[in-house]
Amino acid sequence: MAKVAEELKNGQKETAGQNNVSLVALLQEVQERYNYLPEDVLRELAREKNLSLMEMYSVATFYKSFSLQPRGKHKVATCSGTACHVRGSEKVTEELSRVLGIKPGETSQDGAYSLETVNCLGACALAPLVVVDGEYHGNMTAARAAALIKEHLKKSRGLSAAELEQDVEKKAWEGCSCAILLAGNDKK
Amino acid sequence: MVNFKLNGLEVAVEKGTTLLEAARFYGIEIPTLCYDAGLSPYGACRLCLVEVGEPGKSRLVTSCTYPAREGLQVRTHSQWVVNTRKLIIELYLATCPSSKTIQDLASRYHVTGVRFRQKHEDCILCGLCIRYCSEQMQAKAIGFINRGEKRRISTPFERKAEECRFCGGCMYICPACQARCQGPEEKEAVCNACLNLSPPCLDRFNDAMCYLDPCVACEQGRKE
Ligand code: SF4
Ligand code: SF4
Ligand code: SF4
Ligand code: FES
Ligand code: FES
Repeated sequence: MAKVAEELKNGQKETAGQNNVSLVALLQEVQERYNYLPEDVLRELAREKNLSLMEMYSVATFYKSFSLQPRGKHKVATCSGTACHVRGSEKVTEELSRVLGIKPGETSQDGAYSLETVNCLGACALAPLVVVDGEYHGNMTAARAAALIKEHLKKSRGLSAAELEQDVEKKAWEGCSCAILLAGNDKK
Repeated sequence: MVNFKLNGLEVAVEKGTTLLEAARFYGIEIPTLCYDAGLSPYGACRLCLVEVGEPGKSRLVTSCTYPAREGLQVRTHSQWVVNTRKLIIELYLATCPSSKTIQDLASRYHVTGVRFRQKHEDCILCGLCIRYCSEQMQAKAIGFINRGEKRRISTPFERKAEECRFCGGCMYICPACQARCQGPEEKEAVCNACLNLSPPCLDRFNDAMCYLDPCVACEQGRKE
Protein backbone atom coordinates (compact mmCIF):
# COMPACT_ATOMS: atom_id res chain seq x y z
CA MET A 1 0.00 0.00 0.00
CA ALA A 2 2.94 2.30 0.62
CA LYS A 3 3.31 2.33 -3.10
CA VAL A 4 -0.03 3.98 -3.50
CA ALA A 5 1.14 7.12 -1.82
CA GLU A 6 4.41 6.96 -3.72
CA GLU A 7 2.71 6.64 -7.08
CA LEU A 8 0.10 9.21 -6.31
CA LYS A 9 2.80 11.57 -5.25
CA ASN A 10 4.28 11.39 -8.71
CA GLY A 11 0.99 12.35 -10.25
CA GLN A 12 0.78 15.24 -7.84
CA LYS A 13 3.90 17.11 -8.78
CA GLU A 14 2.32 20.50 -9.29
CA THR A 15 0.18 20.46 -6.19
CA ALA A 16 2.38 18.56 -3.78
CA GLY A 17 4.01 21.39 -1.91
CA GLN A 18 4.62 19.37 1.27
CA ASN A 19 1.87 20.50 3.60
CA ASN A 20 0.23 22.38 0.83
CA VAL A 21 -1.26 19.40 -0.96
CA SER A 22 -4.57 20.09 -2.55
CA LEU A 23 -6.78 17.64 -0.73
CA VAL A 24 -9.54 17.71 -3.30
CA ALA A 25 -7.15 16.99 -6.16
CA LEU A 26 -5.58 14.18 -4.19
CA LEU A 27 -8.91 12.58 -3.35
CA GLN A 28 -10.02 12.94 -6.95
CA GLU A 29 -6.95 11.04 -8.00
CA VAL A 30 -7.62 8.25 -5.53
CA GLN A 31 -11.21 8.05 -6.64
CA GLU A 32 -10.24 7.95 -10.29
CA ARG A 33 -7.98 5.02 -9.63
CA TYR A 34 -10.18 2.95 -7.31
CA ASN A 35 -13.58 4.24 -8.39
CA TYR A 36 -14.19 5.21 -4.77
CA LEU A 37 -12.22 6.23 -1.68
CA PRO A 38 -11.12 3.06 0.09
CA GLU A 39 -10.56 3.56 3.79
CA ASP A 40 -7.21 1.78 3.93
CA VAL A 41 -5.84 3.86 1.06
CA LEU A 42 -6.88 7.08 2.80
CA ARG A 43 -5.31 5.93 6.04
CA GLU A 44 -2.12 5.02 4.25
CA LEU A 45 -2.05 8.35 2.42
CA ALA A 46 -2.59 10.27 5.64
CA ARG A 47 0.35 8.49 7.22
CA GLU A 48 2.66 8.79 4.21
CA LYS A 49 1.94 12.40 3.46
CA ASN A 50 1.45 13.54 7.00
CA LEU A 51 -2.09 14.71 6.33
CA SER A 52 -4.96 14.78 8.75
CA LEU A 53 -7.28 11.83 8.29
CA MET A 54 -10.06 13.88 9.81
CA GLU A 55 -9.67 16.59 7.20
CA MET A 56 -9.70 13.98 4.46
CA TYR A 57 -12.85 12.47 5.85
CA SER A 58 -14.48 15.91 6.20
CA VAL A 59 -13.79 16.74 2.58
CA ALA A 60 -14.77 13.26 1.39
CA THR A 61 -18.16 13.50 3.11
CA PHE A 62 -18.71 17.12 2.09
CA TYR A 63 -18.70 16.64 -1.68
CA LYS A 64 -21.27 14.47 -3.32
CA SER A 65 -18.86 13.49 -6.06
CA PHE A 66 -16.73 11.55 -3.59
CA SER A 67 -17.87 8.13 -2.57
CA LEU A 68 -16.66 6.07 0.35
CA GLN A 69 -18.46 3.02 -0.97
CA PRO A 70 -17.35 1.13 -4.09
CA ARG A 71 -19.15 2.42 -7.14
CA GLY A 72 -20.14 0.65 -10.31
CA LYS A 73 -17.91 0.55 -13.35
CA HIS A 74 -20.58 2.45 -15.25
CA LYS A 75 -22.04 5.45 -13.56
CA VAL A 76 -25.57 6.45 -14.36
CA ALA A 77 -26.82 9.71 -12.91
CA THR A 78 -30.07 11.58 -13.25
CA CYS A 79 -30.27 15.24 -12.47
CA SER A 80 -32.71 16.13 -9.72
CA GLY A 81 -32.05 19.86 -9.86
CA THR A 82 -34.98 22.25 -9.95
CA ALA A 83 -35.34 22.47 -13.73
CA CYS A 84 -34.99 18.73 -14.23
CA HIS A 85 -37.33 18.00 -11.35
CA VAL A 86 -39.99 20.26 -12.79
CA ARG A 87 -39.68 18.50 -16.12
CA GLY A 88 -40.16 15.08 -14.67
CA SER A 89 -36.76 13.77 -13.65
CA GLU A 90 -38.38 11.78 -10.87
CA LYS A 91 -40.13 9.52 -13.36
CA VAL A 92 -36.86 9.10 -15.24
CA THR A 93 -35.05 8.10 -12.07
CA GLU A 94 -37.78 5.63 -11.18
CA GLU A 95 -37.61 4.05 -14.60
CA LEU A 96 -33.83 3.78 -14.55
CA SER A 97 -34.05 2.31 -11.10
CA ARG A 98 -36.45 -0.32 -12.42
CA VAL A 99 -34.36 -1.18 -15.46
CA LEU A 100 -31.10 -1.40 -13.54
CA GLY A 101 -32.68 -3.08 -10.55
CA ILE A 102 -31.02 -0.74 -8.06
CA LYS A 103 -32.16 2.27 -6.11
CA PRO A 104 -30.45 5.67 -6.42
CA GLY A 105 -27.25 5.57 -4.41
CA GLU A 106 -26.83 1.84 -4.91
CA THR A 107 -24.48 -0.27 -7.00
CA SER A 108 -25.54 -3.42 -8.81
CA GLN A 109 -24.36 -6.64 -7.27
CA ASP A 110 -21.92 -7.42 -10.05
CA GLY A 111 -20.36 -3.98 -9.55
CA ALA A 112 -21.13 -2.97 -13.11
CA TYR A 113 -23.62 -0.16 -12.63
CA SER A 114 -24.34 2.45 -10.05
CA LEU A 115 -27.22 4.86 -10.08
CA GLU A 116 -27.29 8.22 -8.39
CA THR A 117 -29.10 11.50 -8.47
CA VAL A 118 -27.13 14.71 -8.69
CA ASN A 119 -28.07 18.33 -8.32
CA CYS A 120 -28.14 20.74 -11.22
CA LEU A 121 -25.59 19.88 -13.88
CA GLY A 122 -25.71 23.36 -15.35
CA ALA A 123 -27.48 22.31 -18.53
CA CYS A 124 -31.03 23.10 -17.49
CA ALA A 125 -32.09 23.95 -21.04
CA LEU A 126 -31.77 20.25 -21.80
CA ALA A 127 -33.75 19.17 -18.74
CA PRO A 128 -34.30 16.48 -17.70
CA LEU A 129 -30.78 15.17 -17.92
CA VAL A 130 -29.25 11.72 -17.66
CA VAL A 131 -25.50 11.20 -17.55
CA VAL A 132 -24.06 7.84 -18.48
CA ASP A 133 -20.34 7.48 -17.92
CA GLY A 134 -19.82 11.19 -18.24
CA GLU A 135 -21.89 11.54 -21.39
CA TYR A 136 -24.85 13.90 -21.18
CA HIS A 137 -28.23 12.97 -22.61
CA GLY A 138 -30.82 15.75 -22.62
CA ASN A 139 -34.59 15.96 -22.99
CA MET A 140 -35.12 12.61 -21.36
CA THR A 141 -38.39 10.87 -20.79
CA ALA A 142 -38.80 7.67 -18.82
CA ALA A 143 -39.09 5.73 -22.08
CA ARG A 144 -36.12 7.34 -23.76
CA ALA A 145 -33.94 6.91 -20.70
CA ALA A 146 -34.94 3.26 -20.46
CA ALA A 147 -34.07 2.70 -24.12
CA LEU A 148 -30.72 4.39 -23.61
CA ILE A 149 -29.79 2.22 -20.66
CA LYS A 150 -31.10 -0.94 -22.25
CA GLU A 151 -28.87 -0.29 -25.24
CA HIS A 152 -25.97 0.17 -22.85
CA LEU A 153 -26.87 -2.97 -20.92
CA LYS A 154 -27.12 -5.01 -24.06
CA LYS A 155 -23.65 -3.98 -25.10
CA SER A 156 -21.97 -4.35 -21.74
CA ARG A 157 -23.67 -7.61 -20.77
CA GLY A 158 -23.87 -9.11 -24.24
CA LEU A 159 -27.56 -9.88 -23.92
CA SER A 160 -30.20 -10.01 -26.60
CA ALA A 161 -33.23 -7.75 -26.31
CA ALA A 162 -35.42 -10.62 -25.12
CA GLU A 163 -32.92 -11.80 -22.51
CA LEU A 164 -32.64 -8.26 -21.26
CA GLU A 165 -36.40 -7.90 -20.85
CA GLN A 166 -36.45 -11.09 -18.86
CA ASP A 167 -33.60 -9.86 -16.74
CA VAL A 168 -35.32 -6.58 -15.95
CA GLU A 169 -38.56 -8.37 -15.20
CA LYS A 170 -36.76 -10.71 -12.80
CA LYS A 171 -34.95 -7.86 -11.06
CA ALA A 172 -38.17 -6.01 -10.54
CA TRP A 173 -39.42 -8.88 -8.40
CA GLU A 174 -36.25 -9.27 -6.41
CA GLY A 175 -36.57 -8.30 -2.78
CA CYS A 176 -40.32 -8.47 -3.07
CA SER A 177 -41.75 -10.98 -0.66
CA CYS A 178 -43.68 -12.75 -3.39
CA ALA A 179 -40.31 -13.56 -4.97
CA ILE A 180 -40.72 -16.84 -3.09
CA LEU A 181 -43.61 -17.61 -5.37
CA LEU A 182 -41.52 -16.82 -8.40
CA ALA A 183 -38.56 -18.89 -7.27
CA GLY A 184 -40.02 -21.92 -9.01
CA ASN A 185 -40.13 -20.11 -12.33
CA ASP A 186 -36.53 -19.07 -11.98
CA LYS A 187 -35.21 -22.59 -12.07
CA LYS A 188 -35.99 -23.38 -15.64
CA MET B 1 -2.10 52.32 15.40
CA VAL B 2 -5.54 52.42 13.91
CA ASN B 3 -7.94 55.17 14.98
CA PHE B 4 -11.65 54.60 14.79
CA LYS B 5 -14.90 55.46 16.54
CA LEU B 6 -16.35 52.99 19.00
CA ASN B 7 -19.84 54.01 20.09
CA GLY B 8 -18.91 57.60 19.30
CA LEU B 9 -15.69 57.42 21.28
CA GLU B 10 -12.34 58.04 19.58
CA VAL B 11 -10.24 54.95 20.21
CA ALA B 12 -6.92 53.61 18.98
CA VAL B 13 -5.82 49.99 18.71
CA GLU B 14 -2.92 48.19 17.14
CA LYS B 15 -3.17 47.21 13.50
CA GLY B 16 -4.76 43.81 13.04
CA THR B 17 -6.90 44.03 16.18
CA THR B 18 -10.42 42.79 15.59
CA LEU B 19 -13.42 44.89 16.57
CA LEU B 20 -14.29 42.33 19.23
CA GLU B 21 -10.86 42.51 20.82
CA ALA B 22 -10.94 46.30 20.64
CA ALA B 23 -14.38 46.52 22.23
CA ARG B 24 -13.40 44.13 25.00
CA PHE B 25 -10.21 46.07 25.58
CA TYR B 26 -12.28 49.22 26.08
CA GLY B 27 -14.60 47.39 28.44
CA ILE B 28 -17.60 47.01 26.19
CA GLU B 29 -19.34 43.70 26.39
CA ILE B 30 -20.13 41.80 23.23
CA PRO B 31 -21.56 38.29 23.60
CA THR B 32 -19.93 35.41 21.72
CA LEU B 33 -20.50 31.70 21.34
CA CYS B 34 -17.90 30.57 18.85
CA TYR B 35 -15.02 32.79 19.95
CA ASP B 36 -12.19 31.86 22.27
CA ALA B 37 -9.18 34.04 22.86
CA GLY B 38 -6.86 31.07 22.46
CA LEU B 39 -8.27 29.91 19.14
CA SER B 40 -8.54 31.38 15.68
CA PRO B 41 -11.76 33.33 15.05
CA TYR B 42 -14.39 31.47 13.09
CA GLY B 43 -17.39 33.75 12.55
CA ALA B 44 -19.98 31.03 12.84
CA CYS B 45 -22.35 31.97 15.65
CA ARG B 46 -23.10 35.56 14.48
CA LEU B 47 -23.71 36.62 18.05
CA CYS B 48 -20.89 39.13 18.10
CA LEU B 49 -22.53 41.32 15.44
CA VAL B 50 -21.83 45.05 15.49
CA GLU B 51 -22.97 47.83 13.23
CA VAL B 52 -20.28 49.49 11.14
CA GLY B 53 -20.36 52.48 8.83
CA GLU B 54 -22.17 55.80 8.64
CA PRO B 55 -25.75 55.74 9.88
CA GLY B 56 -27.94 55.07 6.87
CA LYS B 57 -25.22 53.20 5.05
CA SER B 58 -24.29 50.92 7.89
CA ARG B 59 -24.26 47.15 7.97
CA LEU B 60 -23.89 44.34 10.47
CA VAL B 61 -20.59 42.47 10.62
CA THR B 62 -19.19 39.82 12.93
CA SER B 63 -16.82 41.69 15.20
CA CYS B 64 -14.70 38.61 15.94
CA THR B 65 -13.51 38.43 12.35
CA TYR B 66 -13.60 42.12 11.39
CA PRO B 67 -10.31 43.99 11.76
CA ALA B 68 -10.43 47.58 12.98
CA ARG B 69 -9.94 50.06 10.15
CA GLU B 70 -8.92 53.70 10.18
CA GLY B 71 -11.90 56.03 10.53
CA LEU B 72 -14.47 53.25 10.92
CA GLN B 73 -17.65 53.99 12.85
CA VAL B 74 -18.64 51.10 15.06
CA ARG B 75 -21.75 50.77 17.19
CA THR B 76 -21.97 47.82 19.50
CA HIS B 77 -25.35 48.52 21.10
CA SER B 78 -27.59 50.08 18.48
CA GLN B 79 -31.23 49.01 18.26
CA TRP B 80 -30.45 47.06 15.15
CA VAL B 81 -27.58 45.22 16.80
CA VAL B 82 -29.39 44.49 20.03
CA ASN B 83 -32.54 43.28 18.32
CA THR B 84 -30.64 41.08 15.91
CA ARG B 85 -28.60 39.69 18.77
CA LYS B 86 -31.78 38.82 20.61
CA LEU B 87 -33.17 37.13 17.54
CA ILE B 88 -30.02 35.04 17.22
CA ILE B 89 -30.22 34.03 20.87
CA GLU B 90 -33.83 33.08 20.28
CA LEU B 91 -32.75 30.87 17.39
CA TYR B 92 -30.16 29.19 19.56
CA LEU B 93 -32.77 28.62 22.23
CA ALA B 94 -34.96 26.98 19.65
CA THR B 95 -32.09 24.71 18.66
CA CYS B 96 -30.38 23.81 21.86
CA PRO B 97 -32.27 24.81 25.03
CA SER B 98 -30.37 22.42 27.29
CA SER B 99 -27.22 24.52 27.15
CA LYS B 100 -26.65 26.61 30.22
CA THR B 101 -24.46 28.96 28.23
CA ILE B 102 -27.35 29.70 25.91
CA GLN B 103 -29.88 29.98 28.74
CA ASP B 104 -27.60 32.46 30.48
CA LEU B 105 -27.36 34.49 27.30
CA ALA B 106 -31.14 34.50 27.06
CA SER B 107 -31.50 35.85 30.57
CA ARG B 108 -28.76 38.35 30.17
CA TYR B 109 -30.15 39.74 26.94
CA HIS B 110 -33.75 39.52 28.00
CA VAL B 111 -34.99 36.92 25.58
CA THR B 112 -38.13 35.58 27.20
CA GLY B 113 -39.84 33.57 24.52
CA VAL B 114 -39.18 31.45 21.47
CA ARG B 115 -41.24 31.87 18.35
CA PHE B 116 -39.60 29.09 16.37
CA ARG B 117 -40.25 25.38 16.21
CA GLN B 118 -38.58 23.84 19.21
CA LYS B 119 -35.76 21.38 18.71
CA HIS B 120 -33.43 19.69 21.15
CA GLU B 121 -30.07 19.42 19.45
CA ASP B 122 -26.93 18.83 21.43
CA CYS B 123 -24.59 20.73 19.13
CA ILE B 124 -24.77 24.23 17.68
CA LEU B 125 -21.94 23.62 15.18
CA CYS B 126 -19.84 26.40 16.65
CA GLY B 127 -16.67 24.49 15.81
CA LEU B 128 -14.94 25.35 19.10
CA CYS B 129 -14.17 21.71 19.87
CA ILE B 130 -12.63 21.16 16.44
CA ARG B 131 -10.44 24.22 16.70
CA TYR B 132 -9.44 23.31 20.23
CA CYS B 133 -8.46 19.84 19.14
CA SER B 134 -6.47 20.96 16.14
CA GLU B 135 -4.96 24.21 17.39
CA GLN B 136 -4.29 23.48 21.03
CA MET B 137 -3.82 19.71 20.97
CA GLN B 138 -2.45 19.37 17.43
CA ALA B 139 -4.57 16.24 17.29
CA LYS B 140 -7.27 16.82 14.66
CA ALA B 141 -9.18 13.91 16.09
CA ILE B 142 -12.60 15.43 15.47
CA GLY B 143 -14.11 17.48 12.69
CA PHE B 144 -17.23 18.31 10.73
CA ILE B 145 -18.62 15.71 8.39
CA ASN B 146 -21.31 15.94 5.72
CA ARG B 147 -22.91 19.14 4.55
CA GLY B 148 -25.97 21.28 5.01
CA GLU B 149 -28.49 19.96 7.49
CA LYS B 150 -26.59 16.69 7.82
CA ARG B 151 -23.48 18.49 9.05
CA ARG B 152 -22.26 17.30 12.41
CA ILE B 153 -19.20 16.59 14.51
CA SER B 154 -17.55 13.23 14.13
CA THR B 155 -14.28 11.33 14.01
CA PRO B 156 -12.50 9.90 10.94
CA PHE B 157 -14.70 7.12 9.52
CA GLU B 158 -16.90 7.58 12.57
CA ARG B 159 -14.74 5.28 14.62
CA LYS B 160 -12.71 5.92 17.72
CA ALA B 161 -10.00 8.35 16.67
CA GLU B 162 -6.45 7.13 17.09
CA GLU B 163 -5.34 10.75 17.18
CA CYS B 164 -7.31 11.64 20.32
CA ARG B 165 -5.21 12.41 23.36
CA PHE B 166 -8.04 12.22 25.85
CA CYS B 167 -7.42 15.73 27.06
CA GLY B 168 -11.14 16.44 27.44
CA GLY B 169 -10.61 19.90 25.98
CA CYS B 170 -13.34 19.48 23.42
CA MET B 171 -15.90 18.91 26.14
CA TYR B 172 -14.50 21.61 28.35
CA ILE B 173 -14.87 24.23 25.65
CA CYS B 174 -18.26 23.15 24.29
CA PRO B 175 -21.05 25.63 25.05
CA ALA B 176 -23.62 22.90 24.62
CA CYS B 177 -22.39 19.75 26.30
CA GLN B 178 -20.27 20.98 29.15
CA ALA B 179 -22.80 23.10 31.00
CA ARG B 180 -26.15 21.37 30.90
CA CYS B 181 -28.88 23.63 32.13
CA GLN B 182 -31.24 22.01 34.60
CA GLY B 183 -33.74 24.80 34.21
CA PRO B 184 -36.13 24.51 31.33
CA GLU B 185 -38.94 22.04 31.11
CA GLU B 186 -39.18 19.82 28.09
CA LYS B 187 -41.86 22.04 26.56
CA GLU B 188 -40.66 25.43 27.73
CA ALA B 189 -37.54 26.45 25.89
CA VAL B 190 -36.65 29.41 28.03
CA CYS B 191 -35.67 29.23 31.63
CA ASN B 192 -34.98 32.90 32.48
CA ALA B 193 -34.27 31.97 36.05
CA CYS B 194 -31.33 34.32 35.95
CA LEU B 195 -33.22 37.06 34.18
CA ASN B 196 -31.50 40.39 33.92
CA LEU B 197 -32.86 43.30 32.00
CA SER B 198 -32.13 44.73 28.62
CA PRO B 199 -31.51 48.47 28.88
CA PRO B 200 -34.86 50.29 28.77
CA CYS B 201 -33.17 53.32 27.24
CA LEU B 202 -33.20 51.35 24.00
CA ASP B 203 -36.95 51.75 23.86
CA ARG B 204 -36.49 55.44 23.31
CA PHE B 205 -33.07 55.94 21.81
CA ASN B 206 -31.25 54.37 18.93
CA ASP B 207 -28.20 53.63 21.09
CA ALA B 208 -27.63 52.53 24.64
CA MET B 209 -27.03 55.63 26.73
CA CYS B 210 -24.24 54.09 28.75
CA TYR B 211 -22.48 50.76 29.00
CA LEU B 212 -23.09 49.88 32.62
CA ASP B 213 -23.11 46.20 33.28
CA PRO B 214 -25.51 45.15 34.64
CA CYS B 215 -27.79 47.94 33.56
CA VAL B 216 -28.86 49.89 36.65
CA ALA B 217 -32.42 50.14 35.44
CA CYS B 218 -32.70 46.48 36.28
CA GLU B 219 -34.61 47.12 39.52
CA GLN B 220 -37.53 49.12 38.20
CA GLY B 221 -37.28 47.71 34.78
CA ARG B 222 -39.53 46.56 32.07
CA LYS B 223 -40.91 43.64 33.92
CA GLU B 224 -43.91 45.47 35.30
S1 SF4 C 1 -10.17 14.86 24.03
FE1 SF4 C 1 -9.42 14.12 22.05
S2 SF4 C 1 -10.90 14.91 20.58
FE2 SF4 C 1 -11.15 16.12 22.45
S3 SF4 C 1 -9.82 17.91 22.18
FE3 SF4 C 1 -8.64 16.36 23.31
S4 SF4 C 1 -7.53 15.29 21.67
FE4 SF4 C 1 -9.20 16.39 20.66
S1 SF4 D 1 -19.86 19.86 20.01
FE1 SF4 D 1 -19.96 21.74 21.22
S2 SF4 D 1 -18.06 22.84 20.79
FE2 SF4 D 1 -18.30 21.28 19.20
S3 SF4 D 1 -19.34 22.38 17.55
FE3 SF4 D 1 -20.94 21.39 18.77
S4 SF4 D 1 -21.56 22.96 20.22
FE4 SF4 D 1 -19.59 23.63 19.38
S1 SF4 E 1 -28.25 52.25 32.85
FE1 SF4 E 1 -29.71 53.52 31.74
S2 SF4 E 1 -28.54 54.41 30.07
FE2 SF4 E 1 -27.33 52.67 30.85
S3 SF4 E 1 -27.95 51.00 29.59
FE3 SF4 E 1 -29.27 50.91 31.38
S4 SF4 E 1 -31.10 52.15 30.77
FE4 SF4 E 1 -29.50 52.57 29.25
S1 FES F 1 -31.59 21.18 -13.02
FE1 FES F 1 -30.82 19.49 -14.14
S2 FES F 1 -29.28 20.48 -15.29
FE2 FES F 1 -29.99 22.13 -14.07
S1 FES G 1 -18.09 35.10 18.08
FE1 FES G 1 -18.13 36.17 16.23
S2 FES G 1 -19.40 34.91 15.03
FE2 FES G 1 -19.26 33.75 16.86
